Amino acid sequence: MIEIRGLVKQFPGAAHPAVDHLTLAVPEGSVCVLIGPSGCGKTTTMRMINRLVEPDAGSISVGGRNVMDVDPVGLRRSIGYVIQQVGLFPHWTIADNIATVPKLLGWDEGRIATRVDELLELVGLAPATFHSRFPRELSGGQKQRVGVARALAADPPVMLMDEPFGALDPISRARLQDEFLRILRGLRKTIVFVTHDIDEALKLGDRIAILRDGALVQYDTPEDILARPADAFVESFVGSDRALKRLGLIVAEVSLETAGAAAPSLSIPAQATLRDALARMLEGGVDSLAVTGANGAMLGILTMSGIRRHARAVTPDSSQ
Amino acid sequence: MLLVEAWQFILAHPGRFAVALTTHVALSAAALGLAVAMAVPVGVLLANRRRAMLLAITAANVGRTLPSLAVLALVMPLLGTGFVPALFALTLLALPPILINTCTALRQVDADLVDAARGMGMTRAQVMRQVELPVAIPVIFAGIRTASVQVVSGAVLAAYIGGGGLGDFITAGIAMMALPQLLVGAIPATLLALGADRLFGWLQRMLTPVGMRVR
Repeated sequence: MIEIRGLVKQFPGAAHPAVDHLTLAVPEGSVCVLIGPSGCGKTTTMRMINRLVEPDAGSISVGGRNVMDVDPVGLRRSIGYVIQQVGLFPHWTIADNIATVPKLLGWDEGRIATRVDELLELVGLAPATFHSRFPRELSGGQKQRVGVARALAADPPVMLMDEPFGALDPISRARLQDEFLRILRGLRKTIVFVTHDIDEALKLGDRIAILRDGALVQYDTPEDILARPADAFVESFVGSDRALKRLGLIVAEVSLETAGAAAPSLSIPAQATLRDALARMLEGGVDSLAVTGANGAMLGILTMSGIRRHARAVTPDSSQ
Repeated sequence: MLLVEAWQFILAHPGRFAVALTTHVALSAAALGLAVAMAVPVGVLLANRRRAMLLAITAANVGRTLPSLAVLALVMPLLGTGFVPALFALTLLALPPILINTCTALRQVDADLVDAARGMGMTRAQVMRQVELPVAIPVIFAGIRTASVQVVSGAVLAAYIGGGGLGDFITAGIAMMALPQLLVGAIPATLLALGADRLFGWLQRMLTPVGMRVR
């Protein structure tokens, strides 16, 4: 869906190129997270996709079209764009803000009104309450929900998101990440997501591109990044708690064992991660948990040794 | 006592007073209108040219330090006397505050708003018309408000170059040492200046987009 080839960007007066011969492909319907320390070129790379920054060399194609052959204004209207500071227009109502791109595209009023209500519902804001409010009346989390709704308004196949949850408190951030995952599963958008938070990258990304000094260091699935960091830089970047992070990517369901004679006293839902399960075992001082389905029925049990097996699978020794 | 005498003077010369008052208002309104029509578009044109804008602000600040009387004195040898030279001088007087505020207002618009607007596919003109200008309006109007007070009070000096207006009574009053006649010019001119300040203060609040009003 998005193909980046040999991309180079050198800002005037800078000692090193911001982006240095970057090649990257993002398959349709997947979330690609660009991550790395400040100044690694992740935001610059993203901004070249909708031509807010013009590349010096290399090519970017979106949906098979070279972006340099397309009018930048039309290109941007076909790509969703979300930024950390949201950038809601303070003089427009929430409804008008969400309608920005549809209005630019000349949709008729009825279609816009229907779409705005649909999007408010989608991002969990009651249309009756929020439709006519102004941005300054909203909390940070609510503003970013509107920011996401605004980017989705014209149903673009591609979305660019620059640290959209970076300015939120940890609780709002986690909640918005969860909702974002829920929304995405239904929409199958191709997304380029910039962050500097490795936990966010592991949680949201189908594939993670780790950048340093404008170059790609590793481009893999979250599981592979944790299991096989390409070098010491990636290893230190993902942190020393890789095994725990890996457990955080696996749901309890996959490690079920059949129940023995005695059912464990504590339980955990099937969609909880092995990391949550481990925390629960440590808290409760037990070695096994009952895993329950949506209706509360026990599906099986999860044991400490089951968790240990998954954790061991990611240590460097056993992965070779 | 003086006020009564001034009032009697107005009653004795209603025609002269009415002409002076309307000339004063017309002169001020025309000067302000011309200044707005010139300074706001120039500010908009300079909005994306940082260096040119700084230059314009510096020039306007220098212009601001010129005393009104000096401006009138400079205009006279070039344009002579009468309504038009007075109008020209007053327009010059009104330009700096409007230009400075337009430039500052546009420069202070949150960069994230412009980034979001461009990133969603607004053209430069659309970003200016739909985002930057509406957000900048309150500060632009603060400049127009300042200019309006300067122009209305500065219009008193138009009398020195034969521009008419309430200043005629003041200069005559000074020349003849007639304090009541001086007040016939000074008091209405002061009230007009205060009125202009109130009017533009109200307009500034009315034109501030609802979502940005301070409650």
